Amino acid sequence: MALYNYLKNFFTRNGVFLSVFLLGVVGFWIFFLIILPQIFMFDFSFRFNLPPAEQGGPNDVYTISHYKFLLFGSALSEDSYNVIDLTVFLRTIVTAVFVTLFDFIICYPIAYYLAQVAKGGWARLMVLSLIVPFWVNEILRAFAFRIIFGSNGVINDALMAMGIVDDPYPFIRENIALYAGLGYAFVLLMIFPLYNAVESLDKNQIEAARDLGSPWWRIHWRVVMPFAKPGISSGCTMVFMLSAGALAAPQILGGPSSLWFTQIIYQWFNTGGNWPRGSAYAIVLLITSIVFVLLVMKIFKVKLGEIAR
Amino acid sequence: MSADVRLENVWIKFGSFVAAREIELTIKGGEFFSFLGPSGCGKTTILRAVSGFLKPSEGNILIGGKDMAGIGPNRRPTALIFQNLALFPLMTVWENITFALEVKGVNATERRKKADELLELIALPGQGEKMVGELSGGQRQRVAIARALAAEPEVLLLDEPLSALDLKLRQHMRTELRSIQRRVGITFIYITHDQGEALTMSDNVAVMRDGVIEQVGDGTTIYDAPGSPFVASFVGENNLFRGTVESVDNGMATVTTTVGTLLAKTPVTASNPLKVGDTAYVFQRPESLRFAKPDNQINRIKATIVNEEFEGNFWQVYFEVPGSTKPVKMSMVNDGSSSERRRGEVVELVCEPELSVALAEGPLAAE
Ligand SMILES: Nc1ncnc2c1ncn2[C@@H]1O[C@H](COP(=O)(O)OP(=O)(O)O)[C@@H](O)[C@H]1O
Ligand SMILES: [Mg+2]
Repeated sequence: MALYNYLKNFFTRNGVFLSVFLLGVVGFWIFFLIILPQIFMFDFSFRFNLPPAEQGGPNDVYTISHYKFLLFGSALSEDSYNVIDLTVFLRTIVTAVFVTLFDFIICYPIAYYLAQVAKGGWARLMVLSLIVPFWVNEILRAFAFRIIFGSNGVINDALMAMGIVDDPYPFIRENIALYAGLGYAFVLLMIFPLYNAVESLDKNQIEAARDLGSPWWRIHWRVVMPFAKPGISSGCTMVFMLSAGALAAPQILGGPSSLWFTQIIYQWFNTGGNWPRGSAYAIVLLITSIVFVLLVMKIFKVKLGEIAR
Repeated sequence: MSADVRLENVWIKFGSFVAAREIELTIKGGEFFSFLGPSGCGKTTILRAVSGFLKPSEGNILIGGKDMAGIGPNRRPTALIFQNLALFPLMTVWENITFALEVKGVNATERRKKADELLELIALPGQGEKMVGELSGGQRQRVAIARALAAEPEVLLLDEPLSALDLKLRQHMRTELRSIQRRVGITFIYITHDQGEALTMSDNVAVMRDGVIEQVGDGTTIYDAPGSPFVASFVGENNLFRGTVESVDNGMATVTTTVGTLLAKTPVTASNPLKVGDTAYVFQRPESLRFAKPDNQINRIKATIVNEEFEGNFWQVYFEVPGSTKPVKMSMVNDGSSSERRRGEVVELVCEPELSVALAEGPLAAE
């Protein structure tokens, strides 16, 4: 009934044509591009990897073997758990959390500065200089980082010229290039929600806190951050999801020994030729990400509606 | 504890725009002092300089005898109540009130106690757990006052704090503010464009125009002996006649105006003394005008009644006077005499020379 009233209201407000168009486009988007593929993936992840001839045949039954594989590995291996895949999974999640924190620490001051301190042309120039690098293709950007962080890259050249290190520091092998590349890839996704949230804060509140004797860090802790909470959660969840699900950056910037969980998924789909197993792995990553988002929302006590603001 | 505030030759410029010019002022400790002036005249600017958010381009600000240069707003003995209050919407009322104590590291139980005391003072007992958004405008107003007082400032700065309230509440809060000020005994610096507020609450008032202080004095001085045409026209109502000074003698000036020759006092507070031959304004307040009696020899003005407005306790009577472009206004206490007047009737008005004010021509307040 409420839905009916809502729709009726929606139609009278926007007119029949626009309403049908909006509902159609949004419906198509949600159903065909989000729900349907995920349902197929979900279904797939519970099937055996059969040759095309046997699909739909008597052997095509549901199984949880792929999920079991992620946990316990192949029956032939000596470990009782799938140590390699689980380690990669855990490392991916933990690294994504750190990338998120790192981005937050970098972006919060920038967003605050843009939203509350800088004015006019200076702020616009700064936003532009943040955006322009993203006109460059993601892969090219990753390679650029590889060059910068390489053993003959500018950073190592500078460090050696200053005498801080004697030999080139292995940024790539130590995954520092990867963290930097991932962090950089998502700064905008962190800055914009933060900026939006902080921008709507009344400057007088900051001044009031200052006038009441507050040092700058307490102003942020007690006034600015609580106010920006929806923006903080929105930025953090987005950066987390995208870095946990990143593929190109780990592929290009990762050290030789470091696999990203998405790379394993990719291998199952691609070289491994095992789509059901790839699907199972992808579903696990998806569910973990969703749980993470819900957890963040719970901790920060924000509602989904606020995040989407 | 209260502190006096001194502004010594303070100038505040925004680029080439001068928002405050040559401000020279002493505000005594424990006094209720108001800045009165139209919107945009630089009141907030001066307050922000006193609280430390703005650095004067020139001059010194001293609080309790101590030069405040280089001391930030968080370390000044002042507390500012913002025009929009700027309460913290995500904190409860008691957390708002005791924010200054939280900053000082006072523990929660003690803060709670202090909050309850202050809630008592502002007549909102037991409302500490509410969120700010759940309060009415007047209640929020009081919370803002309590929050500022909790910082135990020596000087409380108030930027048009009542402007958002409706008339009844505003009048009530005037009395309230004045009584809070008496109880806590600290210096209040109050900003307003409402002369009623300034006159009722203040010990002293500074009237401002375009970044300049035109006159400083207590309410009666400002009202009865305005120092400039701007003050005379901004504070209260006045009928205004323009003319030329014929003679000045013993504090009284004879001015030949467009409505006849008028005798008026020249206030000692006047910023420009009158000389013979000067162009001058004569101001007569509506409540100083009366119907002339036979024995009134001077300051008689012939007038035609054009309109009357009844305000309960007062009648406002409007006249057309030859030589005056605007209608002349007279306020009379309602003594039941309304039946004696008719529209179109030609009468003679008088305003005692002692109640008429002559000032050298100068800028007037916008209508
Ligand atoms: N930060 C600023 N930059 C430039 N001009 C300002 C600034 N703050 C105030 N002004 C100008 O100074 C004048 C006085 O402003 P303000 O002190 O706010 O007036 P009031 O409080 O008396 O209404 C106004 O003309 C205003 O436009
Ligand atoms: Mg103002």
